[in-house]
Amino acid sequence: MPDFLQFCVSGLTVGAVYALVALGFTIIYNASDVVNFAQGEFVMIGGMTTVFITAAGVPLHFAIPAAILAAMVIGLLLHRLAIEPARGASAVTLIIITIGASIFLRGGAQIVFDKQFHSLPAFSGDTPVMIGGAAVLPQSFWVLGGAAVIVALLWFFFNRTLLGKAVLATAANRLAARLVGINTSFVVGFSFVLSAAIGAIAGILVAPITLTSYDIGALLALKGFAAAMLGGMGNPLGAIVGGLAVGLLEALGAGYISSTYKDAIAFIVILAVLFVLPGGFFGRASTERV
Amino acid sequence: MRALLAHRLAAPVAIALIVVALAFILPSNFYLRVAALVWISALAVIGLNLLMGFAGQVSLGHAGFFGLGAYAVAVLPAQFSLHPLLALLAGALVCGLIAFVVGRPILRLKGHYLAVATLGFGILIAMAIANESWLTGGPDGMPVSRLTLFGWRVRGASTWYWITGALLVLGAWLAVNLVASPTGRALRALHDSEVAARVAGVDVAHYKLIVFVISAVYASVAGSALALVNGFVTPDSANFIHSIELVTMVVLGGMGSVFGSLVGAAILVVLPQVLTTFHDYEHLLLGLMMMVIMIVLRSGIVPSLAALIRRTRP
Repeated sequence: MPDFLQFCVSGLTVGAVYALVALGFTIIYNASDVVNFAQGEFVMIGGMTTVFITAAGVPLHFAIPAAILAAMVIGLLLHRLAIEPARGASAVTLIIITIGASIFLRGGAQIVFDKQFHSLPAFSGDTPVMIGGAAVLPQSFWVLGGAAVIVALLWFFFNRTLLGKAVLATAANRLAARLVGINTSFVVGFSFVLSAAIGAIAGILVAPITLTSYDIGALLALKGFAAAMLGGMGNPLGAIVGGLAVGLLEALGAGYISSTYKDAIAFIVILAVLFVLPGGFFGRASTERV
Repeated sequence: MRALLAHRLAAPVAIALIVVALAFILPSNFYLRVAALVWISALAVIGLNLLMGFAGQVSLGHAGFFGLGAYAVAVLPAQFSLHPLLALLAGALVCGLIAFVVGRPILRLKGHYLAVATLGFGILIAMAIANESWLTGGPDGMPVSRLTLFGWRVRGASTWYWITGALLVLGAWLAVNLVASPTGRALRALHDSEVAARVAGVDVAHYKLIVFVISAVYASVAGSALALVNGFVTPDSANFIHSIELVTMVVLGGMGSVFGSLVGAAILVVLPQVLTTFHDYEHLLLGLMMMVIMIVLRSGIVPSLAALIRRTRP
């Protein structure tokens, strides 16, 4: 039983990061129909920038906002310089552009930063807290709490603010949104900035636990994408549930079945779920228009 | 000229001419080796292009089939002393069977869901290859015994250049014939609209499955060829990054263009070789060029340039 609890805690911690990446996917996908495979790079940029700014002697509480800002600027540039010029191109073309952007950012990171693994000091020490026989790192609470705060803020933003509703309107129907006076190009750019910020925060929160390096983005993008699809593409709740589910599956699979096949276990379950529910947990049954 | 370009066999003939011409132009064995790698990648890309460009179905797991083909010619001769050519055929057969079995449930999924399912499937194969060290040598890979045909040991860059070049031309020729056949028409119909195709009497599930199996066989044969040329296999050949590379080659060159498959493969194989001279800037430049090409030539290099030529010369 303590084992089970231990696996669950570590699974939920990693799952929270997947969930945030999946949320980033969802926000951009809803606003622009782009599947942004550079989403994992925002996580890397958040973690690595914080590491290098703190290494330069800047206190952590200044380094973190600076790193988030850096990711937001890069998110904006990604939209303005790579996505916007290709507006109207097919979905696959846009995906390849984001893959190119992901390689570009990774290549940039290995020049600006380096190719080493880095860690951040844990925000509130390294002494584990014992809960029901499971040793929980304080940083796990930061990750889970941070993810919960982000989700709550996003809920408030989308349901209670005008800009949030403009994003939802753009997601529902871009042309109709433009007809009622919403600047949809701004909204899409904004969704890139928002996703970049969410990714960067995830990267900073989890860096003390999982380490960070210039090339962590590709795998995170993959897992986040899988999580988003498991939940049902375009559904924020689905992204969160999907992310936590993938994290839990990995941890339980590694703990009880085989640590070398933990990724495989997660994907077998994803395949099984998609065979039964072809639209993910929360996906709507869609009909094709001819 | 226009009629020539539009001819069904234009692509395989052009590819054959390029293979022959380059043999005389390329100055050293190193270049011949790189060219052989291009032919092999292009073969896998043609198969994937049949699936993506003609039938409109995405696969992010094709490196899995590529890897199975590669390990077939590595493992089968080593463990069961099978002839490498028989191992290649066995690999292609196994890949075709696997594609046939998993194809039906997977191809029911659409769009991004299909992408993630094929991705997961590819990752399962890659993990099995990387972790079953007793059979595959694990992450370090394993050597491939040299190919001998009727007592003649196949070796040397130029020999492999011609063999892989011939394979590519054969693959291109089969592909254009498939596209021009009733099956090809059915595939294009379901690419444009599955519902409309079904209404017109096309057995959508059946044709999707056929093209999935064919593209898996292409990938497997290409993987076997790479293993034989290199004399060594590593799990990287089955890696999901390789799957994404294959998809990128299809889209860069142009979906639905057999000749584009060669162009896309050439760019992504040759460019990293050229860019190694820039050391640290290699990935930066590769990513930048991918973005610029896709923004400027958004339908892929070959279809975009073809459209440009048609517009300027009425």
